[in-house]
Amino acid sequence: MAVTVKTPTVKASPLDVGRIRKDFPILAQTVRGKPLVYLDNAATSQKPRQVIDAMTRVFEEHNANIHRGVYEFSERTTAAFEEARAKVARFINAPSEREVIFVRNATEGLNLVAYAWGRDNIKRGDRIVTTVLEHHSDFVPWQQLAAEVGAEVAVVDIDDDGRLRRDQLSAELRKGVKLLAITHTSNGLGTVNPVKQIATEARAAGATVLVDVAQAVPHTPVDVQDLGADFVAFSGHKMLAPPGSGGLWGRADILEKMRPFLYGGDMISRVTVKLTEWNELPWKFEAGTSSYVDAIALGAAVDYLTDVGVAKIHAHELSLVAYLLPRLQEIGGVTVYGPKDLESRVGVVSFNIEGIHPHDVATIFDREGVCVRAGHHCNQPLMTRLGVPATTRASMYLYNTTDEMDALVNAIHAAKKVFGV
Amino acid sequence: MDDMYRDYILDHYKNPRNFGELEGATHTYHDSNPLCGDEMTMQLRIGDGSVEDVHFTGKGCAISQASASILTEEVKGKTLDEVKAIDRDHVLANLGIPISPARIKCALLGLKTLKGAAWGLTAWPGEEVKTR
Ligand SMILES: Cc1ncc(COP(=O)(O)O)c(C=O)c1O
Repeated sequence: MAVTVKTPTVKASPLDVGRIRKDFPILAQTVRGKPLVYLDNAATSQKPRQVIDAMTRVFEEHNANIHRGVYEFSERTTAAFEEARAKVARFINAPSEREVIFVRNATEGLNLVAYAWGRDNIKRGDRIVTTVLEHHSDFVPWQQLAAEVGAEVAVVDIDDDGRLRRDQLSAELRKGVKLLAITHTSNGLGTVNPVKQIATEARAAGATVLVDVAQAVPHTPVDVQDLGADFVAFSGHKMLAPPGSGGLWGRADILEKMRPFLYGGDMISRVTVKLTEWNELPWKFEAGTSSYVDAIALGAAVDYLTDVGVAKIHAHELSLVAYLLPRLQEIGGVTVYGPKDLESRVGVVSFNIEGIHPHDVATIFDREGVCVRAGHHCNQPLMTRLGVPATTRASMYLYNTTDEMDALVNAIHAAKKVFGV
Repeated sequence: MDDMYRDYILDHYKNPRNFGELEGATHTYHDSNPLCGDEMTMQLRIGDGSVEDVHFTGKGCAISQASASILTEEVKGKTLDEVKAIDRDHVLANLGIPISPARIKCALLGLKTLKGAAWGLTAWPGEEVKTR
């Protein structure tokens, strides 16, 4: 029997990282005299000058509340806000801008679905299928909804390489499913799930399919029509935009039938003392003053990512993973969690050093100027599955370099030296 | 020498004192640090109003483990009232290393767990587990 062994081969990065880095003012900073090595991109990304400028321009040139004033500044800000929506829609290939709802972050988008769709569509005895890879924000809302209405949550496991157990997923779908809530890309392990095939299978089984694309949209091309999802949610702050920006995309026919999530200004078309009629899509779901400056900046971030090319960013991240993985595996006592190859993954590498708690690892790394995340990454069910309380996670983006991978490796040696392991 | 991971800190981490289950414990309290998932249990055997013995178990970082280990050495023989009176400044001073804001919770997990045991709590006031 022929056996193919996949070993990471170093592919050249297609990006001019030197030029990209010049766009990010923060990357010129030093930490305790050492260059800043920012490897916590799965938590949040840094921002390019173009995005920072887009925000400054609103405040300095035409700030006014949107959808309200009839004066020029309000019209200009409203136009910029709606133009940002159009950019986001194109970026994820949404069939219509009406289907793109601005939210503060992925968490708000997921909760919007849990409340405005879930409370009317998930009934006692219904089944929600999800996975052990989910971020708490795509897990807790379904767990709580299920507890409230008496539904059941089935959690699909992973194999020892951090890949979803497809056999188990299929079996769970066959048992009956109302909602499949699945992450496209794992923030804990970097695994990319074959969501397109899974969505086809789930829809055939009668499921509404919600995909958490918070770690996908920043790092890999995402086409919601091709994906075959009913809802996707993501956060702007992980894709070069400021915190406070984010998107929920949903199929118009489903959104039309949903009740609003939050009630208040902007989401109404007519209010009488007795009753209220809702605004049309997408504004029906955007109650109150939106984070419109953040949303406009998200549009600028999308422009930036489109210019660079998300597929190239993904290839760049893989080149860093290919460089890093063999070097990590050479160090005694280092365990890497998740995929050990370049197949269907992004630039997230989770690991532990034997005898040193991730918190201590991150503290020592910090003194080397290396910023990583140590903890459970809002993935406690996943940590339980891995049998560890926490991991150290390095997550990469378009501006990271192989020199920074070397700095990470050196920081591991520094930590081992301090702890004498 | 490392100003945070000093030899005695690493020694308490690698060879924690008073570690393991305590026979005949009269007071037990379990707590965790939600930030990192660290777990800790403190057990006291109180006789005549004083700490006859104290043990802790748990898994965590060098700072939380060393801090708890040092604390258990200190409280043996103290009265329950004396244990209840120990405050965070005292624990931080005893630890004797600079603690950044991000690591304060690690450094104080042992104290929090010890206090829970000393006061006979089952849940920390205001942090009762909410599942629904
Ligand atoms: C996969 C995934 N989903 C959802 C979220 C939640 O994002 P936010 O905190 O911006 O709502 C995150 C953030 O870490 C994530 O990685």
